[in-house]
Amino acid sequence: MLINKTGEINHMYRERYRLLLPNTMTKRPSIFKQWFEETGNLSAFAGRYLRDSLRPPYDFGELLRQAFEVGYRSLGLVAITAFIMGLVITIQSRPTLVEFGAESWLPAMVSVSLVREIVPVVTALICAGRVGSGIGAELGSMKVTEQIDAMEVSGTNPFKYLVVSRITAATLMLPILVVIADAVSLWGAYIGVNIKGVVSYDLYVRQVFDTLEYSDVVPSIIKCVFFGFAIGLIGCFKGYTTTKGTEGVGMAANAAVVVSSLVVFIIDLLAAQITDLLNLN
Amino acid sequence: MESDNGNSIYAKFANGEPVLRVSGLKKSFGTHVVLDGFDLVLTKGENIAVLGRSGSGKSVLIRCLVRLTESDEGIINMLGLDVPDLGQDALDKLRAEIGFLFQSSALYDSMTVRENLEFPLRRHSKHLTQAEKDQMVQEALDNVGLSDTADLMPSELSGGMRKRIGIARTMIMNPGIMLYDEPTTGLDPVTGRGIGKLMLEMKKKYNTSSIIISHDMGCVKQTADRIVVLVNGRCRALGTYAELEKSEDPDVHSFFE
Repeated sequence: MLINKTGEINHMYRERYRLLLPNTMTKRPSIFKQWFEETGNLSAFAGRYLRDSLRPPYDFGELLRQAFEVGYRSLGLVAITAFIMGLVITIQSRPTLVEFGAESWLPAMVSVSLVREIVPVVTALICAGRVGSGIGAELGSMKVTEQIDAMEVSGTNPFKYLVVSRITAATLMLPILVVIADAVSLWGAYIGVNIKGVVSYDLYVRQVFDTLEYSDVVPSIIKCVFFGFAIGLIGCFKGYTTTKGTEGVGMAANAAVVVSSLVVFIIDLLAAQITDLLNLN
Repeated sequence: MESDNGNSIYAKFANGEPVLRVSGLKKSFGTHVVLDGFDLVLTKGENIAVLGRSGSGKSVLIRCLVRLTESDEGIINMLGLDVPDLGQDALDKLRAEIGFLFQSSALYDSMTVRENLEFPLRRHSKHLTQAEKDQMVQEALDNVGLSDTADLMPSELSGGMRKRIGIARTMIMNPGIMLYDEPTTGLDPVTGRGIGKLMLEMKKKYNTSSIIISHDMGCVKQTADRIVVLVNGRCRALGTYAELEKSEDPDVHSFFE
């Protein structure tokens, strides 16, 4: 029976057709309410980070360890990806430029697109996958196995020790990774330029640096600070607020990647609008 | 570390004097009432076991005592301090005087056994040299009979060993009050008795007072001076093992059958 004797929708049908029914009938919080609650909790979490990060004592040892985890351990993957990006973008851009007789613009065009947009965003996405999921899974696992409670009850502030160090490390290391990735991708682009043409290293470097301006490099590094902060914040938030045991750990790791990747694109969009408004394009 | 830590608040209490008073403690999750006016007094040097069915709120009770879970109502006075009213710094200071053994032991799985034991020292005993810390770690491991495990990872330890390391990690701070959450759950009877024996040794050596959450009657009989039976969120009965064994209350007697 769809409707039971008391006039309510049968539980089985309610679950099956939950998405088709109005919220008042399903008695579950609306997706908008959930979204607002989640955003509010995330904002409070970010506020707590800002407050605790300024308050001593500072745990530099743990910060260094996390910086090593986020930065050094991501370096290989980021460098390989950046090299391939530089190479592929150059190879794929050449035919179009050749068609317009603008092949000599290849180093200039590729370097601007790599430094301004492609390398920061792809590096952030790699870090969202590697670092965000790692933080989400690690903190989630610590949460469900009561390790965070054990820290708290031993008189240690687990938020400061676990969260502040991870978010700060991600915020500091992502711009550094992007600068290194920029350099590696430009090296990949140099090889790409020379696959079907001959451009000396000196000429290539001169063309690249004549084209690139501070207004290309600085905004891209500033937005990477926000990318790093968002990846660290969301990974920590999802892990630190994990519930539902081991299932929750998987969900936290997954959500950390999905949400932080989405936020990276939103920050990128905002950064593009802001640089446009400030006439930095 | 043969007796009370002279600098601690706990050391200022005389044996037999109350170190923990709980009165009218209430805690609900939504409409589900877990604790409904629970009362308890723990005196110095005493072990009290809290008995109750699964889901009766035993673990919630000890989590409320150290504010891992906030209580809704009631008085919790520990070592003369009103726990619900404490600021974060005062709470951290009080927590340094309390040892909490979690059901899962809650060892930090990214750290070695040595690092696990050093962790609370790094936080609270910054004046200690590395040699002193090493000595304290070794002594704590010797106390629990696991001297050779310092460089192992928690994943390399058995359930019983993890419990022992958990006890060593809490005892290294020389706490006055120990809270044990199901210390023998998941262990075979022989290992469980070993853990019970270790708890008594620690009590004797450090003069601790303990609350032991358990439904392992062997452990309760072995370790508890008095027993509280928690039914419907309240203290249904309080007495020694021998007294409660003779109780005619079916809810109490059922634990002793």
